[in-house]
Order: sequence, then structure tokens, then C-alpha cells
Amino acid sequence: MVELKVNGAVRQVDAAPETPLLYVLREDLQLNGAKFGCGLGQCGACTVAIDGAPAFSCLLPVGLLAGREITTVEGLGSPDKPGPLQQAFIDEQAAQCGYCIAGMVMRAHTLLARNPSPTDDEILEHMSPNLCRCGAHMRIVAAIRRASSRKEASRSQRGAL
Amino acid sequence: MTLPDCPALTRRAALAGAGALVVSFSLARSAFAQDQVQPPQNIGREPKSPAPLPGSLKVDPNLDAWIRIGSDDSITLFTGKAELGQGIKTALLQIAAEQLDVDMGRITLVTADTARTVNEGFTAGSHSMQDSGTAILHASAQVREMLLQLASARFAVAAQDLKAQDGKVVAPDGQSVRYGELVVGSELHIPATPNSRLKPLDQRRIMGKPVRRVDIPNKVAGGPAYVQDLRLPGMVHGRVVRPPSPGAKLEAVDAGAVERMPGVLKVARDGDWLAVIAEKEWQAVTAMRALAAATRWSQPTALPEKTRIFETLAGLKADTTTINQKQAPPAAAVHTIEAEYRRNYQLHGSIGPSCAVAQMQDGALTLWTHAQGMFPLRKAVAEMLSLPEDKVRCIHVEGSGCYGHNGADDAAADAALLARAMPGRPVRIQYMREDEHRFEPYGPVMTSRGAVALDGSGRIVDWRYEVRSNTHSTRPPGAGQLLSAQMLEKAFQPGPPQPLPQPEGGGDRNAIPLYDFPSQSIVHHFVPEMPLRVSAMRGLGAYHNVFAIESLMDEAAAAAREDPVAFRLKHLKDARGRDVVQKAAEAFGWSANATRESGRGRGFAFARYKNLGAYAAVAMEVSVDRETGGVRLLRAVAAVDSGEAVNPDGIRNQIEGGIIQSASWSLYEEVQYEPRRILSRDWSTYPILRFPALPRRVEVHIIDRPGQPFLGTGEATQGPAAAAIGNAIADAVGVRCRELPMTAARIKGLIGG
Ligand code: FES
Ligand code: FES
Repeated sequence: MVELKVNGAVRQVDAAPETPLLYVLREDLQLNGAKFGCGLGQCGACTVAIDGAPAFSCLLPVGLLAGREITTVEGLGSPDKPGPLQQAFIDEQAAQCGYCIAGMVMRAHTLLARNPSPTDDEILEHMSPNLCRCGAHMRIVAAIRRASSRKEASRSQRGAL
Repeated sequence: MTLPDCPALTRRAALAGAGALVVSFSLARSAFAQDQVQPPQNIGREPKSPAPLPGSLKVDPNLDAWIRIGSDDSITLFTGKAELGQGIKTALLQIAAEQLDVDMGRITLVTADTARTVNEGFTAGSHSMQDSGTAILHASAQVREMLLQLASARFAVAAQDLKAQDGKVVAPDGQSVRYGELVVGSELHIPATPNSRLKPLDQRRIMGKPVRRVDIPNKVAGGPAYVQDLRLPGMVHGRVVRPPSPGAKLEAVDAGAVERMPGVLKVARDGDWLAVIAEKEWQAVTAMRALAAATRWSQPTALPEKTRIFETLAGLKADTTTINQKQAPPAAAVHTIEAEYRRNYQLHGSIGPSCAVAQMQDGALTLWTHAQGMFPLRKAVAEMLSLPEDKVRCIHVEGSGCYGHNGADDAAADAALLARAMPGRPVRIQYMREDEHRFEPYGPVMTSRGAVALDGSGRIVDWRYEVRSNTHSTRPPGAGQLLSAQMLEKAFQPGPPQPLPQPEGGGDRNAIPLYDFPSQSIVHHFVPEMPLRVSAMRGLGAYHNVFAIESLMDEAAAAAREDPVAFRLKHLKDARGRDVVQKAAEAFGWSANATRESGRGRGFAFARYKNLGAYAAVAMEVSVDRETGGVRLLRAVAAVDSGEAVNPDGIRNQIEGGIIQSASWSLYEEVQYEPRRILSRDWSTYPILRFPALPRRVEVHIIDRPGQPFLGTGEATQGPAAAAIGNAIADAVGVRCRELPMTAARIKGLIGG
């Protein structure tokens, strides 16, 4: 048994301690947000926040996470009541297939939490570990900018950095 | 998750639930439609049915195959196409809601499912709007007309005096009747007619609007959205052990220790196909790794030598066809340009490796899959399992974007084999990253040679172009097209590779330029033998051919000392083609004698996808580092004409994404291999574009053509974006890179020094 704190709730999970967090989130806790993309820390589809920092859940054994604050995209809102960053992704229609998007939202969330008005270059640098194959990048950046507190971001500048 | 359908829901239940209009929807008829009539499109053949019905109504003309209205006012819309992340669900709902005069939210959409929808072949080739969108446009309009007729009889008021409005028909005196009331006792099991009374353009309020996609909220907030998210009661997890190299034979496996691992339910082997099933997913992964370590494989068949791949391709036997020829009296050429263009193997690289869930129950198989063609897949899987086709049901559930024939069908086959090994329990498989990278069918290696002659006035007087390529489709319906079926004890052989015929073409897609040259000859060398397994990848041969043709156009413009945009216009009569060229040039701020900083360049390219689909022109600005050969994208401006734009933001999203993806293909991507192994097994050995490499701006201008046929858009910029980058590089540093991808190393090699 492993005890995890996920999206504010303490959960008991019957999983071997070496099981990567991603599998526990998806299978034991039935959360869809974090996705399997590579299992290698190369694509960011599995990104969650651990104590506010971005992490590849595909690489993190659950045994190491006791007492840590784990946040998944489900912790930011729901399809009916999306949080502000999720709403910004909806407003910018920042997805094609969307498989990468939950990971994108989580990585962006950790940026905005510590830097509410990042420059475009800071956004690009921060988002670098996450891959999108559909080419939704420009919209993803626009969504992050929209959710930031940058003044000029109040108006969407989709398509431009 | 809430499934589009669950295993317990039989066809009968599905039909009963759909209300009064479905009484005579019969299996016999749908089976007839599937077997007798070719699905339209993308396998290149014209439908056999002579009926001049619009779009996929040719495949099934019955209105209730597309739309059903329940006595409870529920409206269900059926499409044989699938959502691949291109936004098709939203666009189809827009069309139906517009023509039926209801809110989009009132309509339930059922996508590709062998038990419920029409067989519309593959969701591929940018055909969804042309085929299904057109069918739904007309079916919806005809259903609305019928509802008006029914109301006319009820109210004894002439139909033209009635109005369909928000799910009701309203009479001039204010009395109204709901659609659900009207359909009681009647039915829509009647064939469509060739002509429809479409809602007048000036009354449209949903089509043509940038309506928000219906699937995005779930995707940003962790709602169930993908086959990967499917969790069925009692579901277990499978993983396959793939050989070290394609074609290797499994000589020995010692499964004993693996069978005793925690959670392991079964090790399954059939010939060279080896898999493990476990209660939980991570147990399956761990067991798969242990099992892989306990195998011995024979020396695999040799793969080609990468450094000699173009010689290899040139040396293989080819079937040669002249696909287009125009002759004019010989003209005096003052310049001739000859060049060869090349494309390396590239991979689809879905971010989510392929996944499927299958369940075998009472001798029947249900398969949830993100493959592109449910009916062809059903045929292939039925053949592989020796089941009658009606014992296999394939249901499309979204997956990660596929961009063509990736591992989806193979994963579906693996799920089917796993389900057979564990009857009764749903089995889910998701490939590991290296399974997808090493074993998906790649985008084919290609070469082409062009010879262009210009006269003294800078006009092209003769154009010769020959393209050499493998097939661009090894898709089902043959069981032998499924990777795992080829590995079974009783192995299925892939059918002989076939070229996809013109006018859409495969390797020769877009090999015929849309320009007006007085004399031209276009030749396709189709090479059946495949050094590596290949299949359809977004744009097929158009990606390479447009890259080559549009690079050649720039080479010719340079020889004629003319501006590339003016030079294109001088050779282009097609009015809509001219419009997108002019629009992109104007929006980009293209001017014939712009001065530029050193190391910066701009490039232009244009094509009409397949010469049948959307028109697209792309202008691109780049900078090139002379020291490293590295290319930096600065900005891209595109103009596109997709006919009537149902969802302009959907088109914009596809075009933006197409440009970024093509830039990634064209600058970075080639599969690495050596005679014994595929070396590209993950994102470090097959790097793709990351955020810091984005251009600063991507701008898309849509030329809307209300009332004109929908033109497929999804693949329209793959070729133009590649060529615009190549042309911009040539403009920046004066070297012409004729091999895809245009890596820093290649450009550095051309610059020299
Ligand atoms: S799945 Fe974790 S980084 Fe790719
Ligand atoms: S939207 Fe498809 S991978 Fe990013």
C-alpha cells in the first residue's frame, strides 16, 4: 500500500513502490489527464506538478512520493468547470488531437504559478520538454499568454509570439 | 468512461433506442452497401454506383443511414468518418444543425462503427468534408424538407409557408409542431434525391462560423477522450515483445519465470508473435521486459544501408507509367535546369503510441480502435482470426493524432490476438514508444528528377518530371497488412503492393503541376519492393512532389531572373490558384525587389492538394547560420481556399499545424537504420521540432467560397511549407538543398567552408 496526496486528497493505492506514478494515476486512480507518450522523459505527455514543480510522471516511482503534493490536470478544473488556464486553452482552441494538451496545461501551470507574466522566450524555454505532433504550438503559447497577467495578453494574439 | 457504445449494447438495442424513424434500417441493406459499393475516395477508385448523389450518399442513399429523429425529439447523426483531431465532429455537427435548424447541442453524433454507420472507407486523404460533410449537408436538408412536408399535411398549410425553427415547424398563424411529433408513424428510410434545397447562404448562422470544437473541454480537463482512457469492467493489459529487427524469427523463449511474475495471467505465443497479459498495466510492462530478455531471435533479414538508400531505390525494378503528357511544337530553349530531389524515410510519430481494446465474447469480437478505417480493419481482423465478418465489430474511439497509417491497425490486431488468448475479458494494449517508432509503417523514401526548359522570354517551354517511389498505402483490408498477422505460425502474407491510381495518386500525388506549360511529360516509376515497410503518411507523395516542383519553379525563376511569385503567376491560369498566390504574397508583404539582411531569406510555394482539394500558398521567412547550417524559422504566411469554409477556425488550426509539422519533417526528420536494426526508437534518436524552434508568427488567410463544394484541407500545406522553406534557404545563403530533411549538416555541406 502506498499513500499519495493527489489533487488535495489523500489516496491509498495498492501498487508496488517502484510503479511509475503515471500508471497509478491512470489505472488505480482512474485519472485520464496524464498520458503515456514515451515512458522516457522525452515528450511531456505525462507531465504533472509535484510540490508545484513540473515532473514526468512516467519516470517517478510512487514509493518516493509519500507526503508530496501531486497535482494533475483534473486538479485545475473539470470539463464543465474548467480552471482559468484550461479556459484559456479552450478560448484559443489550443488543441488538435489534444493528446499532448493535458501535459501542456500542467507544464504551463507550473510556469505561471512562479512567474505570472513570462515573456514569450520564457514560455518557449519552459515548454521545451513537451512535444506536440499536431503542430498546435502557436495556440498553446497563445493560451499560456492569455492566462498570464501580461497586459498585452488581454487581447488574443494567436499566431504570433 | 462513457463509451460511444458499450459491449452489452447490441445493435438491436441501439436501433430500438433511436426512435421511430429507424424501423426498417436493416442489416441486409447495410451489408449490401458495404460489399457492393466501393467506399468513395482515397483508395483511388470511383464508386461503382452510377447514382449522381452528392458525397457519400452514393454509398448509402438512405436518409436514415445518416440522420434519425426520435419521437422524443432526439436527433442522431451518423458518419462513417472518424475524429482524428482534425475537428471533423464539430464541422459535421455544424452542417447538420444548420440544415436541420436546431442547436448543435441537440444532436448526438455517432462516428465510424461497423455496426452502426455507413462504410465510408478510410478517414484519410482530406476527404471527410467532401464525402461525409457533403452527404450530411444534403441528407439534413432533405430531412428538413420532409419535416416541412409532414407539417404541411398536418396543418393543411403549403410547405413553402412553413418554417423550420429550433426543432419545430412553425405555421404562419403561430401554431407549431416538434420534429419528434412529426416523425411518429413515418420514417426516413427513403433514398435521398440528387438535389436538395439547401438553406440559403444569407440565412446560415452556424456554418461558416468559427464554432468551438466540441471535443476540446474534455481534452484540457482530463475528461475521457481517447481509446487510451477506456476502462472496461474486468479489463486486463497486454504487451507484445517485438523482435530486435523487422523479420527476425523467434527461435526460443523461456517463459517460465515470467509466468510466475506478480499479476501475470498469460504468456501467449503464436509463431513469432509473443505477448504477455497481466492484471495491471505496469505488471504487463515489467513482464514484457522480462520476457524480451528471455528470448532468442534468429539473425534478421538485412535492412538497407542508409548511406546507399537512393542507389538501392534506383536499382529496384519499377513499373513505369506516363501519367500525363502534353506536346507542343519544339521551342528554342535558352536555359535548361536539371535536378534530382530526394526524400528520406520519415515517421508519423504520434505522441500517444497506438492503443486498442478488444473483447472476445461468445465467439464474437468487439474492437475499440483509433484506426482510420473500421470496415477494412474488420475484414482484416476477421480474416486473421478466421471469423465471419459479422462476428467482428470495430468501433472507432479517438486516439492520438495519426497523420496517416501509423501503428493503429497493428495495435488493433494485437488487441484481437490478445482477446482471443483470454476470452471473456477485455484486453487493452498500448504500444511502448519503441514499438511505435521501430514498427510503424514509414513515409516512403522517394526520388524525382526534373528537367525544365525556358525560352528567351523566361517562359517554361518544356517540363519533364519523373518520380520514383514505393506504394503509399499498405493498409488493410488484407490480414497480411497487419504486422502481427505476418508473424503468426500460420503467417498471412501482405498482398502485392499497389500504386494508388490517378487522379489522386500515391507516389505520384501532385506530380502533375497545376501550371500551364505548353509541353510536359510526367512519369511515375512505381517500385513494388519495399526496403522498409511503408504506408500512407499525411500528404502521401504530394509532400515530396510539391517540394520538388516548387523548388524547381524557383530554380527556373532564378534562371529567368524573375521574381518567384511573378514567375508563378505568369505560368498559372487557374483563377483560384492565382487568388491564393496573390493573397499570400500580399499578406506576407512580398515585393520583387525587397532588400534583405545577410543570412535571411524568404521563400514561396503553392499547390492545390491532389489538384482536386484545397488550394494553398505559403510564404516563409527564415534565417540561416552559415557556420552551422542551422535554419531558424522566422514567420510563415499562408493563404488557403477550401471551398466553403464550414469552420474557419478549424481550417486555420489545420493549416497552422500542417505548416509546423511540415517544418519539423523538412528540417529535422529522417528514420535512422543500419543493416541489422532500426535505430530511431524514441524522440532522442528521431528528434522533432520543439517549442524554441517555432517561428515568431504563423498567419493563415482563408479565402472563403460560400456555396462552393468543400475541399479537403488537412494535408494541403505539407508540400508547400517544405518548398517555401527550401526556397527561403536558397534565398538566404544561395545554396539549394534538394534532399528532405534539409538538416543543418546538409546545408552546411552545401555551403562548404
Ligand atoms: S510519457 Fe513521460 S515524458 Fe513521455
Ligand atoms: S494536439 Fe495532437 S499532439 Fe498536440
